Amino acid sequence: MTDTSSTRAIATRKVSRTASLAPTGAFLARRVGGLLGTMFVASFVVFGALYLAPGSPLSFLTQGRSVTPEAIAQLEAQYHLDQPFFMQYLIWLGGVFKGDLGSSIIFGDSVSNLLSQRIGNTALLLLVAAVLVLLVGLAVGLFAGLKPGVFSESVMVAATAAMAVPGFVAAVVLMLVFAVQLGWFPSYGMGDGGFDSIWHLTLPAVALAITSIAFVARLTQNAIRSEMRADHVQTAISRGLPYRFIVQRHVIRNAAMPVLTAAGLTVAGLIAGSVIIEQIFQLGGLGQFLIDSVQKKDFPVVQAICLIYVATFIVLNTLIDIAYTLLDPRVSLGKKAS
Amino acid sequence: MTTTSIVTQAPSKKMRPRLSFISGIGLTGQISFWVIIAVALIAAVGPYIVPADPNAVDLEYAYYPPSQWFWLGTDASGRDIFSRLIVGSRTALLGPLAVVAMATVLGTVLGLVAVWFGGWVDALIVRVIDAIFAFPGILVAILATALFGAGLPAATIALSIAYTPYIARIVRSAALRERNLPYISALQVQGRHGFAISARHILPNVSGLIVANATLCFGLALIDLAALSFIGFGVQPPTADWGAMVGGGMSGILQGEPLEAIAASVLIVITVAAVNTLGDRLVQRSESRA
Repeated sequence: MTDTSSTRAIATRKVSRTASLAPTGAFLARRVGGLLGTMFVASFVVFGALYLAPGSPLSFLTQGRSVTPEAIAQLEAQYHLDQPFFMQYLIWLGGVFKGDLGSSIIFGDSVSNLLSQRIGNTALLLLVAAVLVLLVGLAVGLFAGLKPGVFSESVMVAATAAMAVPGFVAAVVLMLVFAVQLGWFPSYGMGDGGFDSIWHLTLPAVALAITSIAFVARLTQNAIRSEMRADHVQTAISRGLPYRFIVQRHVIRNAAMPVLTAAGLTVAGLIAGSVIIEQIFQLGGLGQFLIDSVQKKDFPVVQAICLIYVATFIVLNTLIDIAYTLLDPRVSLGKKAS
Repeated sequence: MTTTSIVTQAPSKKMRPRLSFISGIGLTGQISFWVIIAVALIAAVGPYIVPADPNAVDLEYAYYPPSQWFWLGTDASGRDIFSRLIVGSRTALLGPLAVVAMATVLGTVLGLVAVWFGGWVDALIVRVIDAIFAFPGILVAILATALFGAGLPAATIALSIAYTPYIARIVRSAALRERNLPYISALQVQGRHGFAISARHILPNVSGLIVANATLCFGLALIDLAALSFIGFGVQPPTADWGAMVGGGMSGILQGEPLEAIAASVLIVITVAAVNTLGDRLVQRSESRA
């Protein structure tokens, strides 16, 4: 779902950027301020969700499990249920800042401990998928944009079709063909680190990245095509400047920033998709743990993972936005952008 | 003031030639439109004419190959895959439809209110929209499942909330452009109420864009809901659903019986492709007409 959402994010982002009327320092301050504000609201939603659940927070946390009085006392202490709601939130937030995410009801272990064992797998999956999106997506788009023809057109038709393939469908098909029938790749697990892990992560990463690759490829191709049609490029061609020079100097440079921004937002959007993919390939990361914890009704873990995902998403989005605004010389902080 | 002379030139609906919904979207757009109509028809009447009971379990006929009795074979419980696909088209379409309907109404109201009142109302709405936007739809739905238990209603409501920011942002930026046009100030000068101007003048002029983006959201919602049903958080068994059938077919894949998962996947991809293409064409059309 992320690809179209990020286009819209850009479309609406432009509006907000035109409003910036101050130099870099104030711009950064406002962006970081916005980031903190959004983080605050998001953390409040994640914490307050506990009170949206039917029944009292305590009965929701224990879910009719037979729990010892000590365990109940521990839950009450962990969520400070004797305090007023807003105090509970502040104490919880203070704990989060200190890395204390509470303790799991099922495992009894501290949540930060449980998550630190799994976060590496998720990060590796996202990294491999992000590299695939940027390398393959940009390369295919660049090629199709610069060399129009039957091959490029069919690649773009394939990309349009690939955008309609949900990640889980891609995962199932890849698993069927390359793991079950051909046996080239393992169908589950993370392997034993190093190259083995990359081998185990190939199918999951491709499944996760395929929609985003198609999206980035289409975007790149469109950007390159429209730059090629631009007056200054046409003039440069008619003046007989070397093709390589025109492409490097005028086409790619102008097309790069919006494309890289959209690609960055797409990569940030991979986070949501990774939950399902991890579950399918049993990668033992945060996503699989999240689904597992929802099924086992281990709410402190669910809360913590949601918080991590949302915070990562917000931070990445803000960083990309800042980078775009500061790096693109055409986006002047003092003037209206285009 | 020159407003009166401008009003006579202002874009009016009657000046445009009457166009049907599917004109100006090209051949691919029209094909997509008719594919969607066909799927909708199947969902509407299909369940009454399916060849077999979609929920009839018969373990003796588990993984029965395609035949004259079972056109696409049977699943692990001996249920007719073809019939389940037909019946499953209902939840596959109705779920996203509910999501898009709620998100569109909510997002349109938020966007129009933000634009009309401006100032702190606008700032507050934008801040709330940004905060919701930070939650990917799937994550909101998973959180809702943790709170209210698995099932289509919780997932649908959660996704509607998660999709509202998309529509609200589109409506807000389009309505903002409209708000600054002279005909709006002309109406204000004539003493029209803000609600009437928003509902009867701004809304019709941004409706094309809303419909186009709602269509794109439908495709995204279909994928999200199918993914949730796939992991068992959406439509609950034994109800037939495409996403749930891909999930149920996973065990078949490992046993070399991939037909159920493949057939359901193909239907999801065809429907989403048609919806996305139609949405893209509608966006192009509303941008070119604007």
